[in-house]
Amino acid sequence: MKRSWFPLCVTVAVLVFFYLPILMLFITSFNETKFSGVWSGPSLKWYKALLNNPPLWEAVRNSLWIGTSASILATLLGTSAAFALYQYKTWLQKIHYGLIYTPLIIPDILMGMSLLVFFIAIYFPLGLTTIFIAHTTFCISYVTFVVFARLQSFDVSLVEAAQDLGANRWQLWWKIRIPFLLPAIISGALLSFTLSIDDFVITFFVAGPGATTLPLYVYGMMKFGSAPLINALSVILLLFTFAIILCAQWLTSSREKK
Amino acid sequence: MLKKKEDEVGMTLPSFLWLLIFFAIPLAIILTFAFKPSDFYGGIGKGWTLANFKKVLELSYLIIIWRTIWISLSTTLICLSLALPTAYFLVRTSSRVQQLCLLLIILPFWSSFLIRIFAWKTLLHPEGFFKQFLVFLHLVPKDAVLLYNTGAVLLVMIYSYLPFAILPIYTASLKFRFELCEAAMDLGATRLQAFVKIFIPSIKKGILIALLMVFIPAMGSYIIPDIVGGVNNDMIGNRIAQRTFVNRDLPEASALSLILAMIVIIPMGGILLIQMHSSRQKKNKRRGA
Repeated sequence: MKRSWFPLCVTVAVLVFFYLPILMLFITSFNETKFSGVWSGPSLKWYKALLNNPPLWEAVRNSLWIGTSASILATLLGTSAAFALYQYKTWLQKIHYGLIYTPLIIPDILMGMSLLVFFIAIYFPLGLTTIFIAHTTFCISYVTFVVFARLQSFDVSLVEAAQDLGANRWQLWWKIRIPFLLPAIISGALLSFTLSIDDFVITFFVAGPGATTLPLYVYGMMKFGSAPLINALSVILLLFTFAIILCAQWLTSSREKK
Repeated sequence: MLKKKEDEVGMTLPSFLWLLIFFAIPLAIILTFAFKPSDFYGGIGKGWTLANFKKVLELSYLIIIWRTIWISLSTTLICLSLALPTAYFLVRTSSRVQQLCLLLIILPFWSSFLIRIFAWKTLLHPEGFFKQFLVFLHLVPKDAVLLYNTGAVLLVMIYSYLPFAILPIYTASLKFRFELCEAAMDLGATRLQAFVKIFIPSIKKGILIALLMVFIPAMGSYIIPDIVGGVNNDMIGNRIAQRTFVNRDLPEASALSLILAMIVIIPMGGILLIQMHSSRQKKNKRRGA
């Protein structure tokens, strides 16, 4: 059968569409002048300006703290939730299931707005703590989702065999269930970390004055700061994420080959 | 096996309580705030009122609600029509090209959402290289404005949500047997007929997921119109933020949030009902046969 050229053309167009703005960002970030339309020679001056920027580094530190702590807590809560959903089919689990899956399908802005209203209603001061709570809340669902999917291929006879061989309850957890689930738990944690580091909308609503994360800082720069500085920061962040993804890809593919 | 009741409660309670307190109760509070009057100091007044909904259903708001719906619908339609051929190409090509293309599609979307929107601002900048290039090709007039209009909002929305359309359709197409299309064409169907009548119906579920994955976040868009849109491109999300942070009118913002939730939940519930109905019919048919 002769293949149509149309799907190929669309795919190429889509890829160009995806990378065109990123490519432009790279080029302009090395531009000497402030105005993007004039090229006055390559320069690293915008990158140097970034290094001397204490508020930026404070935002980075906040983001890393919240990303780490929220993803750890969400991984604990989400993994235990996945086990409960997998093992029990009671009415309690039906409600539990609803609580876990609805956050995945409502728009971010609704979640941000509702958390803000909640914190105001209970007179809880806005700040890093409220950001941490909000991030943990939306990460739980993703972790549960990933771990639950992996549990579907769990072979229960492994647990039964271990029990027959005299394993106690702790050994069943630490020697059978956790090692089997470890890849899913790690990817759930990494997913949470990336989601937390990247979140803007929900954070914007619950941050309050004074607490800044990296996306909030970037947003402030976009609205009021100088464009070349953001270009340079964006390029650094893009290269950073690309490197991590490529490493992860390379690790999984080399493991598959083995 | 651990099947004891205490174990179930122990494993369920942490996440259950967390989501009850920080997800379900906040949503319930929005529901009540929407029916409360606001006081002069940006707080919540006493008693109950429908005034917020009266305000929200005035013409100026209806225009914004309507704009949000049509921009989200257009985004969804365009994303689906780009995602279908792309997913089709991905499943039909060699596995090396497939892996590479998938990586290329996913890669930018692991990076910051804000930065990708900002990249478009750089690209469409009135003094940018891209604009100069388009003018050079005589594709746009010299005084054309590429940013701060509906076109820019739509473009960046498509850019942001397209992968969420490609991936579910691609996953659904992996299971499709292409011999079926060939058989149809042997029996005299054109290529387009085979694509529309055989391929699309059999990946219906993937298309449905793609539709929801694009439409729901599109309806809640806030930053995209905020950064690349102009004064006349506000969507519901922007109004919620303005009422919250600029006017400090939480009841009105809550009423708007409630309307947004309705617009998202009603079609989704409808789709789920249709799905449940058709799967039950299928079961009945099988039982009948």
